[in-house]
Amino acid sequence: MRRSRRPQLSNLPRPRLPRRNREVLSDEEIVPWSIGDRIGLAAAWFSGLLLCAIAASIVLYMLIRGLQYVQLSALFEHPVVQSTTTITGTGGGYLDPIEGTLILTALGTLIALPIGVGIAVWLSEYARPAGLARAVESGVEIVAGTPTIVLAIFGLLIFSKSAFGFLSFTAEGGAVFGRSFFIAGMMMSVIALPLIVGATREALQSIPAHVREASYALGKDKISTIRRVLLPASRKGIATGTTLGMGRIAGDTAIVILLLGATLTLEKQGTTPVVSTLKGTGSTLTSYVYGNSPAGEGNSPAKAYAAAFILLMIVILMNFVVDLMSRRRSDPWAR
Amino acid sequence: MRRRFGLQKAGPRNSSDQRAELLLGALACVVLALIAGMIIFVFQKAWPSFSHNGLDWFNPFAGGNVDDQLTAIFESPGNPSQYVFTMHAWPLLYATALITICSVVIGVGFALLSAMFIVEFAPDALRRVLEPVVRLLAAVPSVIYGLIGILVLVPFVGNHIISQGAKDSVAGVVTLSGPSVGVGILILTVMITPIMIAIVVDALRAVPVGWREGSVSLGVNRWRAMWTVTVRAARPAIVAAAVLATARALGEAIMLSMVTGSVGFAPNPLDGIIYFVEPARPLAATIVDNSEGLSVPPFADTLYAFAAVLLVSAAFLSFGGWYIRRHLRRYTLSPI
Repeated sequence: MRRSRRPQLSNLPRPRLPRRNREVLSDEEIVPWSIGDRIGLAAAWFSGLLLCAIAASIVLYMLIRGLQYVQLSALFEHPVVQSTTTITGTGGGYLDPIEGTLILTALGTLIALPIGVGIAVWLSEYARPAGLARAVESGVEIVAGTPTIVLAIFGLLIFSKSAFGFLSFTAEGGAVFGRSFFIAGMMMSVIALPLIVGATREALQSIPAHVREASYALGKDKISTIRRVLLPASRKGIATGTTLGMGRIAGDTAIVILLLGATLTLEKQGTTPVVSTLKGTGSTLTSYVYGNSPAGEGNSPAKAYAAAFILLMIVILMNFVVDLMSRRRSDPWAR
Repeated sequence: MRRRFGLQKAGPRNSSDQRAELLLGALACVVLALIAGMIIFVFQKAWPSFSHNGLDWFNPFAGGNVDDQLTAIFESPGNPSQYVFTMHAWPLLYATALITICSVVIGVGFALLSAMFIVEFAPDALRRVLEPVVRLLAAVPSVIYGLIGILVLVPFVGNHIISQGAKDSVAGVVTLSGPSVGVGILILTVMITPIMIAIVVDALRAVPVGWREGSVSLGVNRWRAMWTVTVRAARPAIVAAAVLATARALGEAIMLSMVTGSVGFAPNPLDGIIYFVEPARPLAATIVDNSEGLSVPPFADTLYAFAAVLLVSAAFLSFGGWYIRRHLRRYTLSPI
C-alpha cells in the first residue's frame, strides 16, 4: 500500500539533512586510557601473539623433523627387535606401535562409551537418590583429576591378582604378568570416562523439557524417550566427548609403559585369533617415542621424531574431526 | 537456581522403565565402587611406608638422599621382617609443589590475558586462527612436549644458558647439565595453558554482553570494562580452569621425567639464579622412573605411598576448587 504512493513522492527533490557529526566517540575519547590499561592491553596482545608463535614453532618444528625422518616404507614394516623385554627401537619401521595405538584407542573407547553414556543418562534423567547422584558425580570428578600414573600402578596392583589371570600372561609359577592390551584398555577407558560423561550430560541437559513432554504426551515411557528421542538428539555431544577421550587415550604414555608390557612388537599370548593379541603385550606410538628419546633405552632421536610426527598427525586429524562436528548445526530443536 | 540432577524426574513409568533405571543406577554404583576401591587399595598398599617413617616422610629437615633411600629399599633383604622402608620424601614433594605452583601461577595469568585477547581484542582473522590453535595445543600428547624439551631445550640450556662458572660453583652438590626445574616449568606452562584458555574463553563469552555494554556506555574504556566487569563475573570459571590445570600439572609424569633430570634433589633458593636450572624430580615422575621396581614389595609400597599423596592432593584440589567456586558464585550469574 505504502509502496504505491511512493512514485509521486520520488519526483520531489530530496531534502538535505543538516550535516551533523554523527560519529561514535572512539575508545580514547571516552576515558583516556591510563598507563595501566595500556599495559594490560599490550599484555593481552603479547600473550595472544605469543600463543600463536608457540603453536607455530611446535607444529613447524615437528613438521620439519617429521618430513626429515619419516620414511613411508617404514610405516608398514615391523620394528626389529633387539631384546624382547625392553624397547630398543634401533631398527625397522613403526607398524607395531601404530597398530598398538589403534587397538588400544579402539578398545578403550569401546569400553568407556557405553559406561560413560549410561552414567550420564542416569545422572541427567534419573539421579535417584540424590545423595548417590552427588557421590557418583564427585567420583567422576575425582577420576578426572587422578594422575594417569596412579591409575596405571593401581591397574598393575589389581590385575596382577590371580583372579584376573585370564586377561594376561601367566608365568610358570602361577604369577600373573598383569600387563596386556585388555588391561591397558580397561585403565585407558577410565581416562576417557569423565570426558564422555561430561559431554553427554551437557548435551542431554541442553535438550529442552518440552521435547521430553512431547514424547510422554505421545504415550512413550521414559526409557523409550531416552532411547528414541534424547540419545539421538545428543549424538553430537557424545561424539565430541568420545573423540576427546580418544585423543587422550592415544596421547597417554604412563599407562602404556606400565600396563602394556613395553615390548616393541605385538607379542601374542595363546592361539585364539583376536584374543591372543589382546591378551598379549605391545607398544604404542607414545611408548615408542618415549623409548627412543634420550630418556628411554633406545636413544635414537630420528626414530622418536618420526613416531612423534605420526602421533601428532593422528591428533591433528582427530582435532579436525571434532572441529567439523562442532561446525554442524548445534541445536536440533531451534526453530 | 538450576537443578543439577534429575533434569526430568517426572514421566510415565512402567516395569521396563523401572528395570532400566535400576540397571543404569547399578552401573553408576559399580563405577563408584571401583573408584572407592581404587582409593582404598592404594592407601592400603601405601600404609607400611607411611607407618614406618611417621612424619619424617614429609619432614623437610629429615635429611638423607632420596635416591640412596630408594636404592636401599630396592635392595632390602627378602625377609619381610627386615624390609627397609626409610623414605624422607621431602625433595620429591618440594619439586612437585615448586613445578606445579610456578607453572600454574604463570599459566593462569597468561591464560587470562590470552582469553581476553581472543574474546575482545583480537581482530577477526586472528581470532579464527587462535581458536583451533588453542584446541590443538591442548590436545598435543605430553610425550611430544617431552621430546621437544629433551632434544631441543635441555641441550640449549645446558650449552648456552648455564655458564661453566655456575656449573663449577655447585659441582660438589649436583651436576648441572641442562635438565632442570626451569625447563620443566616452561614446558608444563605451555602444556596446561591451552586447557585453561579454552575454559576461560567459554566463560567470558557466557557473561551477558549487556553488562559490558552497560559499563562502556557509562564511559569506561574497553579494557577497563573487560577487566572490571566480564573477568570478575567469570571468576568461578577461572578457578575451575586453574583447578583442572593444577590436576594435570600434578599428575604429569612422562614429560617431567624426561626434562627435569631425574635426580632426587631439592633445588636450593640460596643458589641464586642457578636455582631454576637445578635438576629435580617430582613424585609422578619418580613412579614412572622406578616402575620396574614394583616387584620388590617394600619398594612397591613406597611407590604406592607416592601415588597416595598424589591422590590426596588431587582430591583436596577438587574439593578446594568446589569450595572457592561456591563462595564466588554469590557475586555472579555465571553458570559454572
